[in-house]
Formats: sequence, structure tokens, C-alpha cells
Amino acid sequence: MSDAPATAKSASDLTQPVGPEAARSDWALRLRVNSEYVAIPLLAIAIAAALFALFLLAIGKSPVDFVSYIWRGGFGTAFSFQNTLQRSAPLILTALAVAIPARIGLIMIGGEGALVLGGFAAAVLAIPMIGVLPPLVALPLMAAMAMIVGGFWVGVAGFLRYARGVNETISSLLLTYIGIAIMNFFVEGALRDLSNPNKPSTRPLGDAYMVGKIPGTDVHWGFAFGILLCILLYLLLERTTFGFAARVTGGNYRAALAQGLPVGKLIVACSCIAGACAGLAGFFEVAAIQGRANASLAAGYGFTGILVSFLARHNPLVIPPVAILFGGIVAAGGLIQRRMGLPDATVQVLEGLIFVVLLTSETLYGRFSIFKPPAARDRP
Amino acid sequence: MSHPARGPSLETVGMSKHFGALKALQDVSVSVPAGSFHALLGENGAGKSTLVKCIMGFYTPDRGKLLIDGAEVAVRNPRDAQALGVGMVYQHFTLVPALTAAENLVVSRADAPAFIDWRKERKALEAFLERMPFRVPLDRPVSGLAAGEKQKLEILKLLYLDQRFLILDEPTSVLTPGEADEILGLLREMAHRGEITVAMISHKFREVEAFCDDFTVLRRGQRVGGGKVGAVSTREMAAMMIGDAVVRPSAARAKAPKNGVTLEVAGLFAANDEGRDSVNGFDIKVKAGEIVGIAGVSGNGQSELVEALSGQRPIKLGQVLIHDQNFEPTRDHFDRFKVFGLPEEPLKNASVPNMSVAENMAFRKFDKVPMARLGFWMSREPIRAEARELIARYNVKTPSTETPIRDLSGGNVQRAILARELSGDVDVLIVANPCFGLDFASVADIRAQIMEQRNRGAAVLLVSEDLDEILELSDRIAVMSGGKVAYLTDAAGADRTTIGRHMAGH
Repeated sequence: MSDAPATAKSASDLTQPVGPEAARSDWALRLRVNSEYVAIPLLAIAIAAALFALFLLAIGKSPVDFVSYIWRGGFGTAFSFQNTLQRSAPLILTALAVAIPARIGLIMIGGEGALVLGGFAAAVLAIPMIGVLPPLVALPLMAAMAMIVGGFWVGVAGFLRYARGVNETISSLLLTYIGIAIMNFFVEGALRDLSNPNKPSTRPLGDAYMVGKIPGTDVHWGFAFGILLCILLYLLLERTTFGFAARVTGGNYRAALAQGLPVGKLIVACSCIAGACAGLAGFFEVAAIQGRANASLAAGYGFTGILVSFLARHNPLVIPPVAILFGGIVAAGGLIQRRMGLPDATVQVLEGLIFVVLLTSETLYGRFSIFKPPAARDRP
Repeated sequence: MSHPARGPSLETVGMSKHFGALKALQDVSVSVPAGSFHALLGENGAGKSTLVKCIMGFYTPDRGKLLIDGAEVAVRNPRDAQALGVGMVYQHFTLVPALTAAENLVVSRADAPAFIDWRKERKALEAFLERMPFRVPLDRPVSGLAAGEKQKLEILKLLYLDQRFLILDEPTSVLTPGEADEILGLLREMAHRGEITVAMISHKFREVEAFCDDFTVLRRGQRVGGGKVGAVSTREMAAMMIGDAVVRPSAARAKAPKNGVTLEVAGLFAANDEGRDSVNGFDIKVKAGEIVGIAGVSGNGQSELVEALSGQRPIKLGQVLIHDQNFEPTRDHFDRFKVFGLPEEPLKNASVPNMSVAENMAFRKFDKVPMARLGFWMSREPIRAEARELIARYNVKTPSTETPIRDLSGGNVQRAILARELSGDVDVLIVANPCFGLDFASVADIRAQIMEQRNRGAAVLLVSEDLDEILELSDRIAVMSGGKVAYLTDAAGADRTTIGRHMAGH
């Protein structure tokens, strides 16, 4: 193997730059190319906001008031901002449930179902443990249970995709409705807490078995775990062989097969991780907010998480700021409802508009020469 | 359409076009007389496509004139070109697969009526085909046509739309030699009867010499030569195309293959996408240091065979043995048996277009030391270092290691994949149409690399639709027909006609 099969050209002919200059131009090039991924989603939000302003004007409400209530209700005060962070916790986790499968080329939208079933499973597992095991043992077990059940639920969609070619978007959405129905079946039947005359729910966990707040704040630990998972999963995708193999599979399935990558395992594993994230969101909803499992678990966090992940371009490190933005909008929903006399579906109109405009804006990538590296610009 | 339309002459005068700092065309003047068959030669990036796109109205030239039948015309968009009777056949098919040939033709008309009177249209179409030198089945969906028939239909479409100046962009890259010769021959006859004028972008000197009247060579955006075909030797044409760049001489075939079988495929069955067995009991043995070429008309199970061997398609039945041990296309076995592959269309089959050149080059080794530590944690520097070395060794032209591989030209993508697959110890190499759509210098380079692997002792299975390639490289030749080996011969005594007969299934 001594003589390398070098071709006749000398190395100096190569257009390959070397040394620190190359590193700098590399960096500038990447900045230029990547700025497109910031500018276009921002443009999409701006257009959606303009459309939403027209909608508000059409029903005789002031867009300026709306913005100021969002600010006051979501970000303006320490109290409202902490409320926002709290609301963003499930959004971070359900957005991860979309972002991880997206890297392997799947559009999984089953976060809501995994959240509901995960939360439900945690609440059920808690019933025999309350008063038997100390909270420090019981809570991790509950969280693990929620992640296992959520992971299984989305994993089923991933497995069907790989083994039978079932469209994962459809199956994960349908599994969501099945998941919600399963919880309702048990909560309204065998597992209903009969001492509670209100909404059908499982037995309450009780204060001792609730997840506390992050010290010095009013925000529960779910937020911190969400951020931690974003970092860990970012590293998993970008810096590990697993993430590399997943990106190869998502980027070109045929090439992944030709490299002998275990594509089935990768697809199912990414789906399970996704479901586990959403399931963990369900655990925190039960153990930090509701204190029991009931129909309020299906509050739509799983669906808003889809929007968050798409806006973040499925990048785990971008998910937290986007989730906080939407957490703020969700948090301000009540205030808007009361002060402006708008129905609570108004926020969903805004989210829907953003989603539609955002998906449309996908067609804009590569259309603006300002974002292209000079060499590639206008190339025939 | 009472009087037969004539092929017009076309001329560009001093055409220039720049993209940013890149001068894609500089003062290019080309003249194609009426009723001639003109070849446009040049390496990738020489400006052929730019010139053609300026003529077709996809680009507006910075300077220069376009004359049709001696009169200056303004082409601002493709519709203008169509109105002037200038049409183009692209490298890739533009037909609607689910529609029949008749439907494709009728809907391509700018004046296609909202309600189509099929009986009337059928009559008109049959009258039209009557005047054409070649015909295609009108009532079958295009998806069921062979590549040659599709290409004919593309050309018929232009004639149906009454376009008499035809620009063909490497029209034979999807055809078998027989189909290519037939179509080019018919076009040439039509041109010589004055019915059409043809300008063809090509890389294949054999076709240029056999069918074209004149040629023009472009290099780095400039016209560097041209004239009558036949007045200049192939070697001189090649020299014009590549300028002072050095093309590798074709590698010599070193000693004869060793005894003993390295790769054995026994009774292999694999289904195609429709679930029918298109690999149908395929057997082959390949020795160490031997190239076995698999020839055949496209669609006789070659792509399914390659896919089955490289893990892209399940093996239904049969065995693949390497050094008498059972081989399954998993990552573990690829490494253990040192099996490598050069698939056709590497951007589609062997790379992830939006990952960087360095990452694409790391596909074989990303999960091994030094790229991965502790079995899972990847470090970036070894990936880049390896890429820098391979880029230099295999002469891959890329702005940087971090450029997405989709931004590279076809030849450089193939070189990058080649570098990844051939840089280590190779025992078995599975190659499919490795030079599909590549320019002259890249083709020579890649064939030399394959020969070098053979000389080093690799068992090479070469599946190719280019019979010249098979004849040049192989030690033994097998003809694949109906999913199995129909004919097997030593390349030394191989006869083109006999091979062709077995390819046709006789």
C-alpha cells in the first residue's frame, strides 16, 4: 500500500485552502449560510403576525393591545416570566419529541399521546407507592415509568414505519387519540378516584409526592430537566456515532443501507427517545402541576411542541428559546381572554398561522443569493 | 403542417455570461448550419450547459447575439425559444410517468384544449407518427417504457411541438449502445434530409465520430477549437477539451488473476419494487485480482443485483460467499470481509447531500478509532484530517472539507466516494455504472483506480450498461438477461456481436 494512487496533478492545483485563513473563511461561510436559517423563520413569524393582526382588526380588536397583553402576561414581570418558563417546560420536551425523529427523516407528531400516557402511567404507578416508598425513590420510578410508556408509544409508530412502511406521521397522530382514549377509559372507570366528585381523575399524589420548585424560583424542575435534555440530546446527535448514523439514515436512507447501518434499530431508537421525552413531560405535568392524571393532561402541549420544533429547525439547542416564546403566548392566553374578551382559541389561531406560514417559508431556502457562499452563488 | 418544416441554422456570436467572478462564457461564437448534426464537447464546467441555457432563454447573456436562419432573435425565456422552434432534450426524462405516450404528447402542447377529443387526437398522432422515423407504443404508461423508448418519446415530443432545432444534453447516458446508435443514426438521417438540425452535448467520442458532422470544443468558458469531425483525431479532440491537464493513462493490466474464488454468488433471488423476482437465480464467481464485467440491457436485474449485494434490497434466496464464508450485507461483514462499493449516481446512492465532504468521507470509519473514542464519542479533527488527506490524494476539488457534498460537481462527488471506498485494503469491490455522466478526465481516472484495485488483488464485480467500459476493464464478461447469467466468456476472446446477441435475449 506504499504508493498512493495520487493523480497527476500537484497538490498546489487544489482549490482547497489550508491554514488559519481557511478556518476563518470557513467560519464566515458557515455564518453566512446559517444566517438563512434564522432569517427565514423570523420572516415567517413576522408575516404570520401581520396576518394575525389583520384577523384581530377584522373582529374589531386591537393588535397593539394583544401584543401588550402578551408582554404583560408572559414576559413583563418576574411572576409572569416564571409562569412562562413553567409553561415552556412541557413544550421543550414535546419539541424534542419531534426534533429527534426529524433527524432520522421522520415527521413524528405523537408527542401529545406519549405525554398523556406517560403522565397517566406515572400517576398509576404512584398509587401503590404512596406512603410506602419515600418520594425520593418513588418520583424517579414514576419518571422512569412515564419515559418507558411514552417511549413505547412513539416507538410503535417508528417500528411500524421501519417494518411495515406505515406512514409515521399518520400513525403517531392516530396513536395519540388512542392514547388519550385509553387514559380516559381508565380514569373514568377502574382507576377513578371516587372520593373526588369533580373531574374524573386518578388518586391524588399528595403534596409530599410532588416535584418541587427550582430553589429561588417559582419554576418546577421540569424546566431544568428540559434544558439538560436539550444539551444532552444535542451532543447525542452531533457528537456521537449514534447521532452520526441517524443523520446519515435521515439524509439518505439508501446510503445508510449501503453502509450496513442498522437503520431499523436507529429508527426505533430515535422514536423511543422522542416518546420518552414526551412521556417525561407528562410526568412533570402530573407530578409538578396537576397532582393527578385526568383529561387536563391533553392540553395541547404535544401539538404546540411540533410548532416549536419546526421553528427551531429541529435543533435541540434552539428549542428552549422558541419554547419560552410560545410558553409566554400560552401563559398570556388567560389574560387575553379576560381583558380582550377573546375566546381561548385565539391563541390557536395565532399558532396555526405561524405554522402554515412557516411551512410555506420552507420553499424560500436557497432563493436569496445573499445567504450563499460567494463561490456557489449564481453557479450555473 | 402542410409543408414539411425544415431544420433552421443557429449561430451564437460573441456570447458572454458571467456569474459573480466566474466567467462562464467568454465571447463564444458557434455556428450550426441548417441540417447538420453538431457536437458540443467540453469537460464538466467548461460552459456547455451555460451556452445551451443562454440559447434556451434560461439565462440572459451579458453580451452576444443569437441568430436563427441568419436573423438576429431575442430569446428572453424558454417560451420564446419554443416559439422559435428551438427545443431541448434534458439528461433526465421530463415525461409524466403515469401518463401514456399519447397523453404525454398531447398535454405537452401549449394549446392543449381543456376537453380533449381523444379520437381526433389519436388520428392526428398516428398521422404524425407516420411521418416519423421511429415510433413508440402510444397506449402504455411511460413508466413501463424502456429507457430507449422514453428517450425516443422525448425527441418525438419536440418534433410534435414542431421544434426543428434540437439540443440534446448527453442523450445517450441512459441508453444501451444499441439504442444509442439507433436513435443517433435516425436523428442524423433526419438532419441530413434537412428536416431538423441537431446540437448534442456529449462526452463520448465514439458517438461524435460516428454520427456528428461538426464539433465545437469549449474549455473554461471559451471556444478552443472545432471543425469537421474526422479532420481531427480523437486524441486531438481530447487534448482540446482538457487543455494542459494531464489525463491518467489507462492502467495496465498486471498479472493474471490468482487461483481461488474470493467472491461467489450462488442462486441469488431478489425481488424488484413491484415484488417480482428480477434477480432470478444469479450465479457468478470472481477470483482475487479479477474483474468480472456484467453486461446487459438496462432493466434485466442489474440494479437489483447490486442493491441486494450492497444491502439496499433484501436477498430472498441464495448465498453470497466470500472466501467460502457466508456474507451478509451488514456493517460488520462489510468491514470483516473488506467489501467496498461504488454505486451508480453516488449523490443518490452513496452520500448524504447535505452533509459535508469530510463527513461523507467518514462513512466507513466514523465508528472506529480514531474518529470515535470509547466506541461512541466522535472527534472532529480526525475526520477533517482524513478528509484533507483523501482530498489531496484523490484530487477532489472542493472549496473546503466543510462544504456540503451536494455543492460539488458530479466528477468530484464520485472521486470523494471513490476516495472513501478505495483508500483502505479492498478484498471485494462492487461497482455499478461508475462513470455515468462523468467527463473524460474523470472517467479515465476512475477506470484506472478500478484497475489498480484489481492489480492489488481485489475481486471486482463491475456492473455496467456501457459495453465499452466492460470490454476495456474486464477479465471475464457475463451477460445478464432475465435476472441470471445468460452468457459467460473470457474478455480476451470476447466478440461484441455475440455479447450483443445475448444481451438482446437470444
